[in-house]
Amino acid sequence: MKELEELHLPEDIGYTDDHEWARLTGATVRIGVSDYAQDQLGDIVFVEMPAIGDTFAKGDEFGTLESVKAVSELYMPMSGEVVAVNSALLDSPELINQDPYSAWIIEIKPSTSSEYAQLHTAASYLDLLKG
Amino acid sequence: MRYLPHTPEEIASMLATIGTKSLEGLFATVPADCRMTDPWPLPAPKSEWELNDHLRQLAGTMRVNADAKVLVGAGSYHHHIPETVRSLAGRSEFLTAYTPYQPEMAQGTLQGIFEYQTLTARLLGLDVVNASMYDGASALAEALLMGLRIAKKKKTVAVSKAIHPHYRAVVRAYLQPTGYEVVELEVLDNGRTDLSGLAERADIADIAAVALQSPNFFGVIEDLEAAATTIHDSNALFITCFTEPLAYGLLKNPGQCGADIVCGEGQSFGIAQSFGGPGLGMFGCKQAFTRNLPGRLVGETKDLEGRRGYVLTLATREQHIRREKATSNICSNQGICAMTAGMYMASLGGTGIRQLARLNYDKTQYLKEVLIKAGARIPFSGPVFNEFVVEFPQDFRPAYERLLEKNIVAGLELGALYPHLAGRYLFCVTETIAKDTMDTIATEVRA
Repeated sequence: MKELEELHLPEDIGYTDDHEWARLTGATVRIGVSDYAQDQLGDIVFVEMPAIGDTFAKGDEFGTLESVKAVSELYMPMSGEVVAVNSALLDSPELINQDPYSAWIIEIKPSTSSEYAQLHTAASYLDLLKG
Repeated sequence: MRYLPHTPEEIASMLATIGTKSLEGLFATVPADCRMTDPWPLPAPKSEWELNDHLRQLAGTMRVNADAKVLVGAGSYHHHIPETVRSLAGRSEFLTAYTPYQPEMAQGTLQGIFEYQTLTARLLGLDVVNASMYDGASALAEALLMGLRIAKKKKTVAVSKAIHPHYRAVVRAYLQPTGYEVVELEVLDNGRTDLSGLAERADIADIAAVALQSPNFFGVIEDLEAAATTIHDSNALFITCFTEPLAYGLLKNPGQCGADIVCGEGQSFGIAQSFGGPGLGMFGCKQAFTRNLPGRLVGETKDLEGRRGYVLTLATREQHIRREKATSNICSNQGICAMTAGMYMASLGGTGIRQLARLNYDKTQYLKEVLIKAGARIPFSGPVFNEFVVEFPQDFRPAYERLLEKNIVAGLELGALYPHLAGRYLFCVTETIAKDTMDTIATEVRA
């Protein structure tokens, strides 16, 4: 398991208390899990994803990650409608372990842009992890 | 694995640890009015021959005894149990084991369950079969819940009225408190389920899954392939259940017919009827739905040295990993019954199961013919396997009583389960029914 100082926490994305990240890409937002989440879960063996067109409110559960030692729910960092899912993860869930920031899970069209600003920055997320 | 009671030394040491001298002291805090003061009101011990005598006398009071010819199925079937099955299933390694899932301890049991899963998957034409459920009825309820989980937002399921009435009662018991709706589909004149207008019916537009039984309660074989198309066209999952798995020794299996989830009762496969239980819930599905499967699943793997071994797999579906998200609250399987069914299937083999199914079918056709010749009518025109409904020209009750005198149990009157079918009888013919028994029935119908 990584020490907190070893975690890779990019500056250009927002983080949640539940260890998801969100990245603004034009009109849509991509969502994944943080380096801390993948490291804690260990080898990820299955990703359950929602259907395209599903809509969720901020904080709703949108899927699950299953690793060799635990199962963890995924929660929405922002409200929105699912416009794409990363189907590469169905056959290769380990991509999340390899690079949690390129292995996005879902892409949403956010209902409101204001929720992004409420997410943690890399620095405040690290503070959260330090407790 | 053995579970031994505590020795007096162990009990004394435990009592010493908690600072009590006797068991009486341990129970001292139980209120007096909750405690039994008199000794158990048991009769004096009997010798082995006295006990045998007593049990024989009890057995003799049964109206239907071991020599009776039973032509009743309706969910519990009178089949011959091969001596290989009795002898193997009676071994204490299998019979006394309680949920032995630890791979370090129980490779034999795990392999046995794996083989049961494999044989059942082949019989039913499925990708995955679990380690078993409690019985056919609870398996159907679990299958419908699984359908609702897969469909996510839908809240309704549809079940055919030709599914065993007891199964439908169990389904209601499982689903109603959860806020799901169960709608029932009517039965056509040919005894098959009416699926016409499934997609159009407004009350079931929200339907997650449709369940049929085949052969159904009236013995009629449903057109599963046509049903699969209709049900999938209405965007629902197709669940097939059964009470008589032997039928699939002869019929095209539900997996090949397009069923998504298949479940049913496995009692026919070497398990004694025992006044209705325990049964065996067989349960499987297509590969795509594996993560929604309830129950335990044994998988084959390799140990560090590359040797083949068996372990529970995909356990994250189960409640000891995620209680609130588990696919089911079943955390066990019907161990000895699944093992028995596995031994039964292995004893008969594919050819044996096909021949036995053929024998059931042929004998059933024979009884149908002699009853028709004797003036009876077959109200449902659909094809059957080893059960069918009969309508008699006059009240069958007197003939039924005369046959009972001859130790023949001639069918099940349907009025209690289907009031509109009162006076009709459901007959079942298995390999245990000889030709002369069937001729006797026909003779009594004529009399």
